[in-house]
Amino acid sequence: MSAITREEVAHLARLSRLALSEAELDHFAEQLDAIVGAVARVSELPTEDVPPTSHAQPLTNIFRADVVRPAGTQVLDRAEVLAQAPAAEDDRFRVPRILGED
Amino acid sequence: MSTDLTRRTAAELAASIASGEVSALEVTQAHLDRIGKVDEKVNAFLHVDTEGALSAARAVDAKRAKGERLGPLAGVPLALKDLFTTRGIPTTCGSKILEGWLPPYDATVTRRLREADVVILGKSNMDEFAMGSSTENSAYGPTRNPWDLERIPGGSGGGSAAALAAFEAPLAIGTDTGGSIRQPGAVTGTVGVKPTYGGVSRFGMVAFSSSLDQGGPCARTVLDAALLHEVIAGHDPLDSTSIDAPVPGVVAAAEAGAREGIKGLRVGVVKQLAGEGYQAGVMQRFEESVALLRELGAEVVEVDCPSFAYALPAYYLIAPSECSSNLARFDAMRYGLRVGDNGEHSAEEVTALTREAGFGAEVKRRIMLGTYALSSGYYDAYYGQAQKVRTLITRDFDAAFGRVDVMVSPTTPTTAFKIGERADDPMAMYLADLCTIPTNLAGNAGMSLPCGLAPEDGLPVGLQILAPAMADDRLYRVGAALEAALLAQWGRPMLDAVPAL
Repeated sequence: MSAITREEVAHLARLSRLALSEAELDHFAEQLDAIVGAVARVSELPTEDVPPTSHAQPLTNIFRADVVRPAGTQVLDRAEVLAQAPAAEDDRFRVPRILGED
Repeated sequence: MSTDLTRRTAAELAASIASGEVSALEVTQAHLDRIGKVDEKVNAFLHVDTEGALSAARAVDAKRAKGERLGPLAGVPLALKDLFTTRGIPTTCGSKILEGWLPPYDATVTRRLREADVVILGKSNMDEFAMGSSTENSAYGPTRNPWDLERIPGGSGGGSAAALAAFEAPLAIGTDTGGSIRQPGAVTGTVGVKPTYGGVSRFGMVAFSSSLDQGGPCARTVLDAALLHEVIAGHDPLDSTSIDAPVPGVVAAAEAGAREGIKGLRVGVVKQLAGEGYQAGVMQRFEESVALLRELGAEVVEVDCPSFAYALPAYYLIAPSECSSNLARFDAMRYGLRVGDNGEHSAEEVTALTREAGFGAEVKRRIMLGTYALSSGYYDAYYGQAQKVRTLITRDFDAAFGRVDVMVSPTTPTTAFKIGERADDPMAMYLADLCTIPTNLAGNAGMSLPCGLAPEDGLPVGLQILAPAMADDRLYRVGAALEAALLAQWGRPMLDAVPAL
């Protein structure tokens, strides 16, 4: 098992969409390294023939009928939802630009 | 029965309201007054919905005046953990990223409480997105333990538990992913129940770790917890993980336990959840309670669950993995905070800047840990292996429940620790949930109830009862029997010893 380096934490932060500060990178590198060292104990148990359990219950997808609901009967009220958005325009969510400079 | 309405149990309050001895409005006002008097010190509430609560109480009184049928908890006030969506009442999950957010819908638990005429006083404080064991990770300041304001009230449901112990509410709702109902219950001297996974709907309960999260009741007595359990439990078509089966009769079980005891019941003491590393006073009270169970007619045996020693590491791989996925929804696009949207940053940069500003340290730590555990190259060694350990833990439970009806352990290795004491040491903090985590991994039911005060510090000790999935009624039967025996032994409810605030 590899130890977690500061560079790895910077990479994890990018993957996790977290703009961490330099001080946080140092702090988290130390803590994550200690945590990963402790949780790596799971490898001590022999599990060759053990199936994994992802969930306490067997799950099946449940789908709702794919039908358009008439205005006023939707699950969520459109105006109420948009009122909670950071920015809205023309009855829709307004998001920052998706494409970068390059 | 106490003349102070805030000292009465939920069952007593419901009976008093139903008989007309007091009005729901008087009961609600008494609790709002208490919150006004003590919550500045305790910080159990993030939002108090004074108008909503008074209006709900008036509606109960009007129903009664018209002779309409009232539910078993009609007019009884409640603190709702801020993880449940409440239409028209702010829901923050203890996080800055959702500051001021007004959900456009009610969680199923919220809806069921409203339909049962339970009075929602407000939203209780919690560790951010339920990540923590001390309620120090709330973006809105820590909650303090009413037994000693310098100490933690447990987490993540510290606000719910503290509201009960400070007599600000007779009932509360919590959520338990690794012990967040039971551990706060233990350190505040209150009763906390994690129902069987799937027993209470998760719709509108903001997800932290979907395969582990379970909402449940918090109360000051076992019967009160049972009454609340029956209000919120039951199948919900809006939640695909909700169990479509009848809810076990937990109120009847609590009444039977208090009345008839537990003669002939087989109780297992979990070898791996006691002994070395546990506070002496915690072990003393636990062992005295096990002796009481024997006196009540139970057959007590030791059970061996060797994989439990690996539950904590497995949990701290599985829960962060699911959290890293679940919290991806906080992207600054549709709701919540947005930072850096000044025309210079792309959507991706705005998301990263917002999450950096909006999440606290524990949430960031777990998101990155989960991202690491799920990343290519480490997936099999960490996440995959943890899922296999989860199978072994479930097998240990199955084998043990083949021999015994319930299992018991201390709920926590120590009594409430001091605020700040473990803040910089995540692994030390994670140990607070050592005894509660195995149950979440297996999906079984668990309860913590107060079993005395530790002699060395005078703080509450919790006893944990564990039952198989869908056998929640066993928790209540054993819990109520033990509660009655402890009451006889201690001479009064333990919460009477909470210092005046």
